[in-house]
Amino acid sequence: MSVLQLHYDVPGDDFTRAGEASSAIKNKLKQMGIAPDAIRNVAIATYEGEINMVIHANGGTIDVTIDADSVSLVLRDTGAGIPDVELAMREGYTTAKEEIRALGFGAGMGLPNMKKYTDEFELKSEVGKGTEVRMKVFLKK
Amino acid sequence: MTIGDIAKLLDCEVLCCADRLDSEVHTACGSDMMSDVLAFVKDQAVLLTGLLNSQVVRTSEMMDIICIVFVRGKKPDESVVKLAGEKNISILSTSSRMFEACGILYENGLRGGS
Repeated sequence: MSVLQLHYDVPGDDFTRAGEASSAIKNKLKQMGIAPDAIRNVAIATYEGEINMVIHANGGTIDVTIDADSVSLVLRDTGAGIPDVELAMREGYTTAKEEIRALGFGAGMGLPNMKKYTDEFELKSEVGKGTEVRMKVFLKK
Repeated sequence: MTIGDIAKLLDCEVLCCADRLDSEVHTACGSDMMSDVLAFVKDQAVLLTGLLNSQVVRTSEMMDIICIVFVRGKKPDESVVKLAGEKNISILSTSSRMFEACGILYENGLRGGS
């Protein structure tokens, strides 16, 4: 299988459109005949990332690399950054405002969830510059 | 149980994908918090919720949920129904409240799943 690379821009100003990139990625993986469990793990990870980008960072980008063994995801934004990554990774910790919670998000599960559903997870963030999340989901044979 | 059975049991209005009422469903979850659906749900086919925005449909799509039941008489706006149609996700609306709706479905064999 050859390597496939996909790139998506996530607009930051429209909550209703959050999830469009994840939906496109999910459909692509389905077309490729990738196992449903792996597809769902990728879908949850990218969707949580997209929601985070829209809520916290005014949008960003998602790069997907699919090869025979894995799906690699790189999510980048140029938002405010995360001052305390360890704290941000804690389940239930959130800086989302009440208006975001009213939309059904901001329970402090986004980042922990992304880690939980992927096989590799790495987060780098710099305050004032932005955040980069690298994740990998292995495709079991 | 089928989506059509749910519609009958909860006296639902079917807002979208009426052609999919024969689809079989075995498990369900109820939540107004999409974060929790993403964090705790596994292999549930039906989502009962009182939250009305488009992210309910997006969350369902990511989780392979094929039917959304809006409780407490709530109905989403046209754009949300249209999005669900594109994703082949059935939309039902019931006047029952969350606890009551979940109870009726549980009593009739629908379970929480793993």
